[in-house]
Amino acid sequence: MIDFLSAHAEIIITLIKIVLLLFIVLTVNAYLTWFERKVVAHMQSRWGPHRVGPHGLLQPLADGAKFLLKEDPTPAGVDKFVYFLAPLLALGLALTSIAVIPFGPDPIRVLGHQVYLYIANPSIGLLVLFAITALGVYGVALAGWSSNSKYPLLGSLRSSAQMISYELALTLSVVGVLLMANSFNLTEIINAQSHPAWGVGILGWNIFSGPFPQILGFFCFFIAAIAETNRVPFDLAEAESELVAGFHTEYSSFKFAMFFIAEYTSMITVSCLCSILFFGGWLSPFPQSWTFTYYLPSLLLIPSGLWVIWDGIRYETIWGRLILPGIGTVIALLGLALALPQLQFVNVFIQGPFWLLGKILVFLFVYVWMRGTLPRFRYDQLMAFGWKLLLPVSIANVVLTAFFVLLRSNP
Amino acid sequence: MVPTTYYIALSAVLFGLGVLAFIFKRNIITIFMSIELMLNAVNLAFVAFSQRTGKLDGQIFVLFVIIVAAAEAAVGLGIIILIARNRQSLNVERVDLLKL
Amino acid sequence: MSAQLLVFFILAALSVIGALSLIFQKHPIHSALSLIVVMVALAGLYLLMGAEFVAAVQIIVYGGAIMVLFVFVIMLLNAGLEEHTSISKMAGFPGILLALALTGFVAATVARSAGLFVQVAGDNGKIPGTLSSTRELSNMIFRNFAYPFELTSILILIAILGAIVLAHREN
Repeated sequence: MIDFLSAHAEIIITLIKIVLLLFIVLTVNAYLTWFERKVVAHMQSRWGPHRVGPHGLLQPLADGAKFLLKEDPTPAGVDKFVYFLAPLLALGLALTSIAVIPFGPDPIRVLGHQVYLYIANPSIGLLVLFAITALGVYGVALAGWSSNSKYPLLGSLRSSAQMISYELALTLSVVGVLLMANSFNLTEIINAQSHPAWGVGILGWNIFSGPFPQILGFFCFFIAAIAETNRVPFDLAEAESELVAGFHTEYSSFKFAMFFIAEYTSMITVSCLCSILFFGGWLSPFPQSWTFTYYLPSLLLIPSGLWVIWDGIRYETIWGRLILPGIGTVIALLGLALALPQLQFVNVFIQGPFWLLGKILVFLFVYVWMRGTLPRFRYDQLMAFGWKLLLPVSIANVVLTAFFVLLRSNP
Repeated sequence: MVPTTYYIALSAVLFGLGVLAFIFKRNIITIFMSIELMLNAVNLAFVAFSQRTGKLDGQIFVLFVIIVAAAEAAVGLGIIILIARNRQSLNVERVDLLKL
Repeated sequence: MSAQLLVFFILAALSVIGALSLIFQKHPIHSALSLIVVMVALAGLYLLMGAEFVAAVQIIVYGGAIMVLFVFVIMLLNAGLEEHTSISKMAGFPGILLALALTGFVAATVARSAGLFVQVAGDNGKIPGTLSSTRELSNMIFRNFAYPFELTSILILIAILGAIVLAHREN
C-alpha cells in the first residue's frame, strides 16, 4: 500500500488538488451569488437575502437544495442528446479553465513532496485558457438550439455572434502582455512583472510599467471578457425583458444550476486572468523593502473579526446572536495567529495567495458593481462597439507595444 | 514513441472518410464540413512529418492551411446562406441551375 | 504497450468514430458536433507529437471559430433533417469507383512509405522540443515565412469583403 502510494505520488497529489480546488471553487461560487445579491440589493436600497441564516448567509445552501430537489421536466420535442450535453459542456469547460491558474509562487512541502499551487502549468497556459474559452460558445449555442423553442434559439444566436466577435478583441488585447513577458506561461508572465522601477511593486505591474503601459490592453480585455461571460451590460443572451431567460429558458432544476455555476466560474477565471496578466498576480503593490506589509493579512482579519462579533451581539435573531460572534472570534483568532512569530513561515507563505485573492475579489466586486449600475446594450450597439471600437483599439495597442518593446531592445 | 506510419495511416483513413462523406451527403453544409475533415486529415500528416524530420516547416504549413480554411469557411458559408435564401433548400441536388 | 501508444489509440479511435458519425448522422448539427470531436482528438494527437502551438491553434481557430460559424449558420438557416434524393443517378457508380481507386492509391503509398520510415528511424531526428517549439515557430513565421504570412492577411481581408458582398441583402 505504502509502495503504491509513493510510486504514484504525483498522480495522487494531483487528484487531491483537483478535488480540493473543485470544492473551493464551488463554495466560492455559491457565496458569490450571495455576495452579488447582497451588493446589488444595497445599491438599490434593499436588504437582499436576510431570512435564511444570519444576514442570509445560509441562502446559498437553501438555493442549492432547491436546485437539487426541484422537478426537472424535459420539454417535448427537444433534441435529447444535445439538450443534456449543453449544460455539461458549459460547466465542464468552465471548471477546466481554473486548472491552469497558478495561485501562489512557492510550493508547499508535504511529506517530502513539492506541492505547487496549480494543477497544471503548461508552457502555453494562456493559449489553453483561450482554447477553453473558444469552446465555451457551444454550451450556449447548443442549449438554445436543442430546446426547440423560439426564445432560446434567438438568445443563443445572439450570444454566439457576440462571443465570436468579442473573442477577437479578447485575444488581441493580451498580445501586448505576451510581447512584454515573452512567454505564454502564466507563471512567467507574473515573474516578468516582478522587476519594478525604484523597487515599488505596483510600478512593475503590466498596467503601469514600461515600455508601454497596458492600460488600453486592460480595458479592452476586461470589456471583452465581460462580453465573453455574458454578463451585464452584455447579457443579451439572457435578456429577461425580451427573451424570457434567453438560452436557458427551457432548463430547470440542476441543469439550470449547471449553467449558473458555469457563468460564475468563468467570472472567477476572468478575474484571475485580469489580476495575473495586468495587475501582477501574487505580487505585492508595496516596495519590497517594506516588511511590515507582511502583517497586512492579520491587520485585515482582526478588525473584521471584531466587527463581526460587534455586529453579532446586536443581531435581532437568537441564532445570529449565537453564531455570528463565534465566526467573528474564529476570524480574529486566525488573524492573531498569523501575527505570532512562531507562525511566521505560514504568514510568509500566504502573502502570494493573499494578494492574488484580494485582486480577484476586487474584480468580482467590479462585475457586481457593473450589474448594479449599467443598462443593457442594444444588439446593434453591441456589435458596433465590438467591431468598430474594441477591435481597432486592441490592434493599436499591439502595434504600439511592439514598437516600444523593439525600441527598448535595440535603441 | 508512436511510429510515424501510424499517424500517416490514421490521416489516410480520415481523409478517405472525408471523401466518402463528400460523396454521400446531400446537405451543402455537411458537404462543406467533409472538406474541413479532409483538410484536418492532411494537417495531421503534415505535423507527423514535421515530428519525423525534426523540422518545423510542416507545422507552419498547418498554420497556413488553418488560415486558408478560415477564409474559405467565411466565403463558403456566405455562399450557402445565399443559396438557402434563393432556393429555400440546402439539398445540393436542388441547386442544379447555373444561375441563382 | 507504452502510455503514448495507448493515448494514440484512444485518440485515433475517437477521431475515426467522429468521422464515421459525421457520415451517418442525419442532422447537420449532429454532424457538426461529430466533426468537433474529430478536431479536438486531432489537437490531442498534435499535443502528443509535441506540437503545442498547433494544437492550441487547432482548437481556437477550428473548434472555436470555424465550427462555431458552421453551427451558427445551421441554426440561422434552421436546417432540418437531411432529405435523401437521388436525382443524379449517374454519379453513384463512378463515385464509388473513384473512391475505391483513391483508397487503393493512398493505401499503397502508405504501405510503401512504411519501409521508408523504419529505415530513417535510426538517424538523429530531432523532435521539436516542448518548451522552445513555440518560440522557434514564431521565429520561422516572422523571419523565413514573413512574405507568405503577410499574403494570408490579404487573403483574409479579401475573404471578409467577399463574405460581406455575398451575404449583403440589396433593398
